[in-house]
Amino acid sequence: MTDLILSGDRPRSRVLSAMLVLIFVALALAPFLFSGTRPLDVASRICVFVLLAASYDLLLGYTGIVSFAHTMFFGIGGYGVAIALSRLDAGWSAIALGTAAAIALSLALSFLIGLFSLRVKAIFFAMITLAVASFFAILASQLSSATGGEDGITFKVPEVLRPAFRLLDEPLLGAVVGGRLITYYLVFGVSLALFLALLRVVNSPFGRVLLAIRENDFRAEALGYRTVIYRTIANCLGALVATLAGALYALWLRYTGPNTTLDFSIMVDILLMVVIGGMGTMYGAVIGATIFVVAQNYLQEGMKALSEAVKGVPLLPDLFHPDRWLLWLGLLFVLSVYYFPFGIVGQLRARARK
Amino acid sequence: MAGRPVPDALLALKGVHTHIGRYHILQGVDLAVPRGELTMLLGRNGAGKTTALRTIIALWRASKGSIRFETNDIASWQTPAIADLGIAYVPESMGIFTRLTVRENLLLAARRGPPDETRLEWIFRFFAPMKKFWHLPAGLLSGGQKQMLAISRAMVEPRKLVLIDEPTKGLAPAIINNLIEALTELKNTGTTVLMVEQNFHAARSLGDSVAVMDAGRIVHSGRMADLAEDKALQNHLLGLSLESHQ
Amino acid sequence: MTPRADWIPPALLLAIALAGLALIGNPSTWVTLTVAGLAMGLLIFTMSSGLTLVFGLMDVMNFAHGLFIAVGAYVAASVMKLFSAAAGSESFLANVGALAAAMLAAIVIAGLLGLFFERVIIKPVYGQHLKQILITTGGLIVAEQLIHVLWGPDLLPLPRPSTLRGSFLIGDMAIEKYRLVAVVLGLAIFGAMMVVLNRTRIGLLIRAGVENKEMVEAMGYRIRRLFVGVFVAGSALAGLGGALWGMYQESVTVAIGAQMMVLIFIVIIIGGLGSVGGCFVGALLVGLVANYVGYLSPKIALGSNILLMVLVLLWRPQGLYPMNRQ
Repeated sequence: MTDLILSGDRPRSRVLSAMLVLIFVALALAPFLFSGTRPLDVASRICVFVLLAASYDLLLGYTGIVSFAHTMFFGIGGYGVAIALSRLDAGWSAIALGTAAAIALSLALSFLIGLFSLRVKAIFFAMITLAVASFFAILASQLSSATGGEDGITFKVPEVLRPAFRLLDEPLLGAVVGGRLITYYLVFGVSLALFLALLRVVNSPFGRVLLAIRENDFRAEALGYRTVIYRTIANCLGALVATLAGALYALWLRYTGPNTTLDFSIMVDILLMVVIGGMGTMYGAVIGATIFVVAQNYLQEGMKALSEAVKGVPLLPDLFHPDRWLLWLGLLFVLSVYYFPFGIVGQLRARARK
Repeated sequence: MAGRPVPDALLALKGVHTHIGRYHILQGVDLAVPRGELTMLLGRNGAGKTTALRTIIALWRASKGSIRFETNDIASWQTPAIADLGIAYVPESMGIFTRLTVRENLLLAARRGPPDETRLEWIFRFFAPMKKFWHLPAGLLSGGQKQMLAISRAMVEPRKLVLIDEPTKGLAPAIINNLIEALTELKNTGTTVLMVEQNFHAARSLGDSVAVMDAGRIVHSGRMADLAEDKALQNHLLGLSLESHQ
Repeated sequence: MTPRADWIPPALLLAIALAGLALIGNPSTWVTLTVAGLAMGLLIFTMSSGLTLVFGLMDVMNFAHGLFIAVGAYVAASVMKLFSAAAGSESFLANVGALAAAMLAAIVIAGLLGLFFERVIIKPVYGQHLKQILITTGGLIVAEQLIHVLWGPDLLPLPRPSTLRGSFLIGDMAIEKYRLVAVVLGLAIFGAMMVVLNRTRIGLLIRAGVENKEMVEAMGYRIRRLFVGVFVAGSALAGLGGALWGMYQESVTVAIGAQMMVLIFIVIIIGGLGSVGGCFVGALLVGLVANYVGYLSPKIALGSNILLMVLVLLWRPQGLYPMNRQ
């Protein structure tokens, strides 16, 4: 049964399985396990970023392409929903329309980018995607009439998703069964479904060809696989999932703006998640995204305590200043690339094999 | 044919293996290159001739075996150090720096200082275009002229050993003769040459010693003169006679 | 590639300048903008020439290059603060002294950082492009955070020395004094680079190495030793560029490195990866276009350079001066 759900891609490590189960349970029951708005917000973010990181892992880990334009698709999804819901009646058809338009745009762009990636060397491609992402971010902030510019777009969601909405008058098991909870389970459900779909893709014959291409594209070509087609499909799939992640995120935040979707720092965050978690494993995205989002929100307190503790020493308090959490994750990232190319998941699996 | 005794080996390969990726190209090469002579390295396409040259100069690393140059075992040395011993390499692709002028190409090739006047005269005598294109980018040279420059670079300074890979490939007969004259002159200065060649007219004119490669090994070595007379052997080793390739 | 085709890019530069004149109309505004464009272009050239050369020679693209720019700017800010008396005085000599000290500090510290970076971060991943991209991006993240630690997150002022403030007024043309200084310095740096590349043995080695590393080694040169030197020189130049650019903006933030990186990538892609001459023309193009468009149509100014890059690539996919290498 698990093999069917996970498409045969078992964690292959007790510790990893335990971590994944823990994360799954925590996310599935989040509204009931934690009280207050913040934990639910964190949980929602984790769901969205797991999806976003997994879609990036498809490109980076499975196809071997480094692209800095991934946030563009994330943003397209967010803006699609945002523009639709702010222009049309705040209903489900608007969401559908916005998402469909966003998907169409993302597929078109990723198709072109995919073709382009094959004509040029990896480094050149990375640089160009950086420029493209930057251009898109500029467009989003300049075309303020359409996109709300720097401020972004705040919009109304369908009634069922609104915070004020109540499905049940009384709280159930300590949680208010209302708009927020419904939205959360929408985000959680869709993220889970899409993640499992990605697992299916990478464990299919298609996924195996991708891995073969990543290892040695000459050989794959010689064996008769048109690498162009496979890479383009991978690009498009990754973009598609990223777009959907963006749509979900917009629905949760009831807001889309350049700084929540298109900022280069988000691209960097995704990179860290995938690499630290483990490239080419999919589960790495789960671990990486969870660690990252939790650190982003809760590490700071720990660091603050540490910073206070070393107050007298020069420099150390600044190094442990809560705002510097990215420094430590960055170091972890660099060390991962050198010493743990398959990240945490890879390390856990290697240990399990011994 | 009785003749002068074969000089001792300036360069000696023993049991040299080279792997490129998962391909085992050189499968135990034993080769002796006599001092002061021109040794021809012949063989069908894919026999491993270019790999042998590149292995000597360490552009590809030998996985096994020894390469002795004079008194040094250079099998584990780095390319610049090997070149520093007085070995020049003229690759099949010629390796011309197209954005540098002819003068700059030669300047680089002259490691010990500005090129000697008499050497330059010598080069200009054989390869007039070098003088004509002296200050022009080497990229403007024709294929044959680029080959001239490549050989000139090897000739611009005294060398102990020159490795040349298929210099006559794709060139017109007149230019080939030009090259043969220049290389004969190079030989006369006492420079040892190891040359890969497919053109048998050139091979026969220039070669003193010959070694034939097949499937990563040396399958015949001896005097060029002997091989040139033995058509049956030529046919057997190379699938055709020396004459048919004029 | 015939010699005649080589003149097209500089001609393009001239064409853009003239187009600018036609579109802007007012000659004195045009002069002001052109000087600004040249100054900006030359500073970008200073910041990016090292990167393109390192790529051409070593096949290494340092995505953390912006870090050297940021460090140069921050170091300059600190030095100028230290010498604020000299910088603020009315004596031209004292001003120049402070400026020179800031520039020197930026060069040295950025250069040392470059040495550390090359040996520790880049050397282990020579030839592995994927890892290079990841590692250098990671290095960038860590370094940005370290800058925060050392200098704090706030914007730092980087004031111009007092005699270099303000503008020269010629007729009704206003030319900022500092911009002129930037142009002079930038041209001097370009000139020095050209002399080193074209008239010295090291320059010869570098130019040959960009084309065919293997052959240079087969000629007996230990070109790998040159790599470190070129990398350090590139970082030092980036630091100098950062210092001068920070002074151009009159303030410094950590984002300065990241902001410039996109522009720098555009410039070196337009110029042709590995070509210093291309980088020069590309940088001037970008500088002029940014300033002309910024005046004519501020809304599209930010995106205009990316459009310029796309247009150039459509015409010459490998950049203005393609470096076809073995």
